Amino acid sequence: MSALLPSELDRPALARGRPAAGADPGTASAALRRAEFGDRLRSLALAAPLLLLLALSFGIPIVLLLSRAVYDPTIADALPRTSVALGNWNGQGLPDDAAFIALAADLSENQAKGTAYELAKALNARLPGARSQVLKTVRQLEGADGKPPLEIMKAVPFWSAPGTWPVIANGTHAITSFYLLSALDLRWNADGGIERVPPQQAIFLQVFLRTFFVAASVTLATLLLGFPLAYLISSVPKGLAAILIVAVLLPFWTSILVRTAAWTVLLQKFGLVNDMLLWLGFASERLDLMYSRIGLIIAMTHIQLPFTLLPIYSVMRTIAPSQMKAAYSLGAKPFTAFRRVYLPQVFPGIVAGCLLTFILCLGYYITPALIGGASDQLISNFIANYVNVELNWEMAAALSFILLVFTLALFGIFARILGLDRLKMV
Amino acid sequence: MRIAKTRMLALAAATALLSIGHAFADELSIMASGGAWQDAQRKAWFEPFSKETGAKILEQEYLGDLGKVKAMVDTGNVPIDLVTVETATVLQGCDAGILERLDYSKIGPRDKFIEGSALDCGVGLDAYGDILAYDPTVLKEAPTSVLDLFDTKKFPGKRAMRKFPAQNLEWALMADGVAPADVYKVLATPEGVDRAFKKLDTIKKDIVWWDAGAQPAQLLASQEVVMTTAWNGRIQNAIDTDKKPFKIVWNNQILEYDMIAIPKGAKNPELAYKYLAYISKPENNARLASYITYGPVRTDAASFVAADALPKLPNAPDHLAGAYLVADTEFWGDYGEDLVKRFNAWLAQ
Repeated sequence: MSALLPSELDRPALARGRPAAGADPGTASAALRRAEFGDRLRSLALAAPLLLLLALSFGIPIVLLLSRAVYDPTIADALPRTSVALGNWNGQGLPDDAAFIALAADLSENQAKGTAYELAKALNARLPGARSQVLKTVRQLEGADGKPPLEIMKAVPFWSAPGTWPVIANGTHAITSFYLLSALDLRWNADGGIERVPPQQAIFLQVFLRTFFVAASVTLATLLLGFPLAYLISSVPKGLAAILIVAVLLPFWTSILVRTAAWTVLLQKFGLVNDMLLWLGFASERLDLMYSRIGLIIAMTHIQLPFTLLPIYSVMRTIAPSQMKAAYSLGAKPFTAFRRVYLPQVFPGIVAGCLLTFILCLGYYITPALIGGASDQLISNFIANYVNVELNWEMAAALSFILLVFTLALFGIFARILGLDRLKMV
Repeated sequence: MRIAKTRMLALAAATALLSIGHAFADELSIMASGGAWQDAQRKAWFEPFSKETGAKILEQEYLGDLGKVKAMVDTGNVPIDLVTVETATVLQGCDAGILERLDYSKIGPRDKFIEGSALDCGVGLDAYGDILAYDPTVLKEAPTSVLDLFDTKKFPGKRAMRKFPAQNLEWALMADGVAPADVYKVLATPEGVDRAFKKLDTIKKDIVWWDAGAQPAQLLASQEVVMTTAWNGRIQNAIDTDKKPFKIVWNNQILEYDMIAIPKGAKNPELAYKYLAYISKPENNARLASYITYGPVRTDAASFVAADALPKLPNAPDHLAGAYLVADTEFWGDYGEDLVKRFNAWLAQ
């Protein structure tokens, strides 16, 4: 798709080693390189304050938060004696009694410090059911009445169950792959291999796929609506174009929350949309648009339309109408002229607009929460739930990391296909 | 983590500076979960208590998740003296060291509370019912039990349920033929949990989920759903105040207690205890029923309930005539976190 630039036209000549007459290629290109390098340094120096600000306010916090996905010292810090006692355990069967006694001592100390709950919660995140067992054991150790700790530990079946100690041993390492694997519905099995989690616990792959599907649907919808509208705006007289542009931008300047709330009013069962459909005879009964995938896509499409439209419009404005006339006069049918003359020039704008919308859609949170049903919640809703309600920031960080990797990969692919310089943003 | 802590401390310092201005007056900060219920508490308890003691009550609202309270306690800056909580979160907060262990000698005789409503870290405020509500002008045939939620043949259309496993799992088992007395026994087994989710699966596509207590009445009013689970007081409030034509189904209701607790490190625990003692007096405890239809938790308070309020309470004799279930706090303290996780996974599938 790339246009032929003068430098590329010259390249075959250089490749065949035929320098232009009277020039020493070595020194000339070296001088050119030096000059370019100096230029680059100067422009970098000018951008330095901005880069520094980005690093401090954006880069470092993101890295710090994402590091929680693989760095979780909660269990290691809470169980120092157990960590030591497990040093010589080979991971097979149950560890020796010393490990049980060490764990009992660690549990009692956590109870005394008031951190038993955090420990219980951290273990529970990796081993469902551990929470109540830890708290139960802690209470029993507290009211021991001279009963030896080992006896108490052995009396709770949980501590002798297969699968308990491997998780504890795993938790005593602060660096963990547990959360990243969980974010992909995977886990370590007892033999040290990686396996899929049982289907009733598998959520995240499905939610990621759903997020991509919704983002793709919205991107397609905004393109189908935005392309003709952009063409209309670019081909009408200036005054009218200004009015149309304002009409596009006005909702663009309204808060996303306000627009989402407005859609709930429109889409509800006895809302305007249902009234209109009935009145026009398009529907025989009221449709369930709220709490549904279709309602979510409608609202997101409305919010995202300007993001797709504006890059396309900014490219269309630069294409002279005479080009199409020239194509007709050379015998092209309208569709051929559109396909071979118009579309290739608009293409970078289309890609830029679609990419912008797709990536923004991946992060939607408020709109799915208010308009989507239970099976329309996107990955951001899960990240928010882990941050606010479950207080499991490690899981939130792991999900965010996976999302970030996907997004960057996507951007990379498009940049490779098109070249970043041809991605025309507004 | 360190960054978060520093930020929290900065925030704490800022709020501490702001609160210096208040520190001289006798003030009590209460955080409750808003809506008609908080309005009722204001009329029944906050205002009379202020009048009697001269203390000023500062009200705050929140959604009921312990995360925010935990953040306050962790940073050592607790700007609230009392917080209303659900029974399930009382145990959690107790274990986490987020809530104070209560000294009942400063509140009232512990044996005068309905069983299960006077816990170590929280004291009961009222008894409420998780019930079914519908609009008879929309539903031609009247549901006769909460379990009619699961009968989509007889009652087609969307139904709203709370986006939370508690109550829904119990009802699912009851609808699947488990007797109320055995519900928690069955639900404590993996097979029982599978069975409950399987039953919920049968109506999954017809469920609209609600979060906040005010939503069920809104969903019914906008006819978004034909029936909804709800806390009885919110629906009664819509009937009495907003003149909505809603009806309540009591059969197979689940009885629960609202609780109030003192967060660890509260600035004014003495006044907080004074307030707890005040609202636990039988005559005061019964007064809430005049403003929202939630019953008293003191066994000796029934005689003080206003005559016109009595028939509307969840624990009125008529409403306990059919089947009902008393929510098991211990069970949800133990299995809550796992079941919430499983529930969220199920929702997402």
